[in-house]
Amino acid sequence: MTQQAHHKISDSTFTFIGCSEVQEILGQQAEDEKELAELVEEVPLDSIHFHTHSYFLRHRFIERAYPNDFAQWVVMQVGDHVLGERLAVVDPFDYPNLEDLREEIISIIDDHLSRMSVIPRVVFGEPFHCKRSRILEVPIGLEVRSLAEFRQAVADVDVSAIYFHMFEAHFRLGREESDFSAWIRSGLGLHELADCIRSINPYLGSLERLRSSLITACDEFLAKA
Amino acid sequence: MTTALDDYREVSPKGTVDFLYRLSDLVKGRSVAHVSAVRYGGGAAELLRRLVPMMTALGVETRWEVIAGTQEFFTVVKRLTDALQGRDEKITEDMYQTFREINERNAKALNLEADMVMIHDHQPAGMVEYRTRGTWLWRCHLDLSQPQRRAWTFLRRYALKYDAAIFSLSGFAQRLPIPKFLVYPSIDPLSPKNREMNRSEINQIVDRLGIPRTKPVILQVAKFERFKDPLGAILAYRIVKKHHDCRLVLAGSGVMHDTEGEAVLAEAREAAARDPDIHLVQLPPEADLEINALQRTATIVLQKSLKEGFGVTVSEAMWKGKPVVGGNAEGIAAQIIDEVTGYVVHSAEGAGFRLRHLLNNPGLITRMGAVGREHVRRNFLITRQLSDFLTLLKIMSPQ
Repeated sequence: MTQQAHHKISDSTFTFIGCSEVQEILGQQAEDEKELAELVEEVPLDSIHFHTHSYFLRHRFIERAYPNDFAQWVVMQVGDHVLGERLAVVDPFDYPNLEDLREEIISIIDDHLSRMSVIPRVVFGEPFHCKRSRILEVPIGLEVRSLAEFRQAVADVDVSAIYFHMFEAHFRLGREESDFSAWIRSGLGLHELADCIRSINPYLGSLERLRSSLITACDEFLAKA
Repeated sequence: MTTALDDYREVSPKGTVDFLYRLSDLVKGRSVAHVSAVRYGGGAAELLRRLVPMMTALGVETRWEVIAGTQEFFTVVKRLTDALQGRDEKITEDMYQTFREINERNAKALNLEADMVMIHDHQPAGMVEYRTRGTWLWRCHLDLSQPQRRAWTFLRRYALKYDAAIFSLSGFAQRLPIPKFLVYPSIDPLSPKNREMNRSEINQIVDRLGIPRTKPVILQVAKFERFKDPLGAILAYRIVKKHHDCRLVLAGSGVMHDTEGEAVLAEAREAAARDPDIHLVQLPPEADLEINALQRTATIVLQKSLKEGFGVTVSEAMWKGKPVVGGNAEGIAAQIIDEVTGYVVHSAEGAGFRLRHLLNNPGLITRMGAVGREHVRRNFLITRQLSDFLTLLKIMSPQ
């Protein structure tokens, strides 16, 4: 790591893209946990993505008790805390793709049901409604060429851009790593910082917390210079 | 008074207004026609009064057409409204014919040339038969979860001819083989119902309504209807009253010419049993400032509905920094984050228990209220709904 590296102006600019989401109702719903497992099995992967990832886009500020819609529904509407807790610790970061994530969720629900004498169902609450996102990419006219500019842009940008580059690009569009770590690696040549950003688990808090983690990583790297 | 989009910088989340300008760049120059049944009042009209100028200011050529109908037509569509929301209404073939004729007449009279035509609710829904160009979306503001079968069968034939439908909650939608989108209603933070008010303005209005400001106030703003459960609210208040000297204010629009409203108000009066700390307030039409002042005066807001449309009064209250104790009706539960911005309850006893808990913990009232305001800022302001509409315009009418 050299002083020069930190102030390096990249030949390639990083262009921030924000996004806007509209939710599409798929029309399938579950009223008990067996139906939920069946739904998870048959819905498009976009819907698995919606209920595990774009959750963060919808709850940008407040961290709900459970980090995905499946766990949230099982606890809040069915009242099954055991399954809710098991689903809550499923970390999408551990799975290379959405199909593997889908299998893990089904396997947890099936395993839970195999130990139950009755299938827990909604009595007073609402059914689980399957949805998916239609995501629209929105160029927000912000380009950076150095780490200092990047750090400032991350601090100021609309939080949907954090979502787009950290979640959408990596997990739904199938890019190998997040757009941020990819550019820092290839555009700025800062492999250590790229690895640090790649290792940030985006599922452990809200988008605002993720923004803070990114800024902290940049600041610590710049301070070391 | 027209409000400029830039005025929302102070109240919407950081970066929202700039983001809306960028988003609007993607649809600049396109045309949108909104069609609704009325120009005044709440619901679709309240939304369009604010949204249409904002979309125009962003470079989207936006018109708002209102259908013309006979007295007979409006009687038919009122019955249809009730039937679609599950009430037992008799609608004759002659009535359906009136619906068809008025829709045809309006389709020929109104200018519906646009890249996207958004038809609000069922009254003008039949105009889709005469569509010529553009993408047609049906924006249904009603709860269609349990419609009367014949009424829905009639309307469904039209719904199928749209390119997509938009509902306020997933549970409000019926099965349809067209894309169905979810767009939550929203509140306008700069409208008379939600704008900031100073203390003297609030006090003046609350004094005029005859409500002393000497005790904690539990407030429910709702029509005097059975589904709003005013009797449940009174029972909850009585549970609280054993431990806390407080007031209950039930404020709703006037009940003149409303048989159910008169009956429910009479039942509420009887249940109140001349308790001087229960105030039944009949508000005048368009009582936006009165509602604003009452919500700002309240210590806790109660929405003890058994069934609710979306119940945007929950967001209005949270915007004013009040925790909300709400019945487990779908729209209410969609807005409250249970145990974070308020409580979702399943009974009058549950409401009493949670109200008592809050009054025992004044710090919790402040904390929940503050989080609730931020929750509304990010999820239920008109800027979010504007973003939804611009996104739909881009997605559904690509050029």
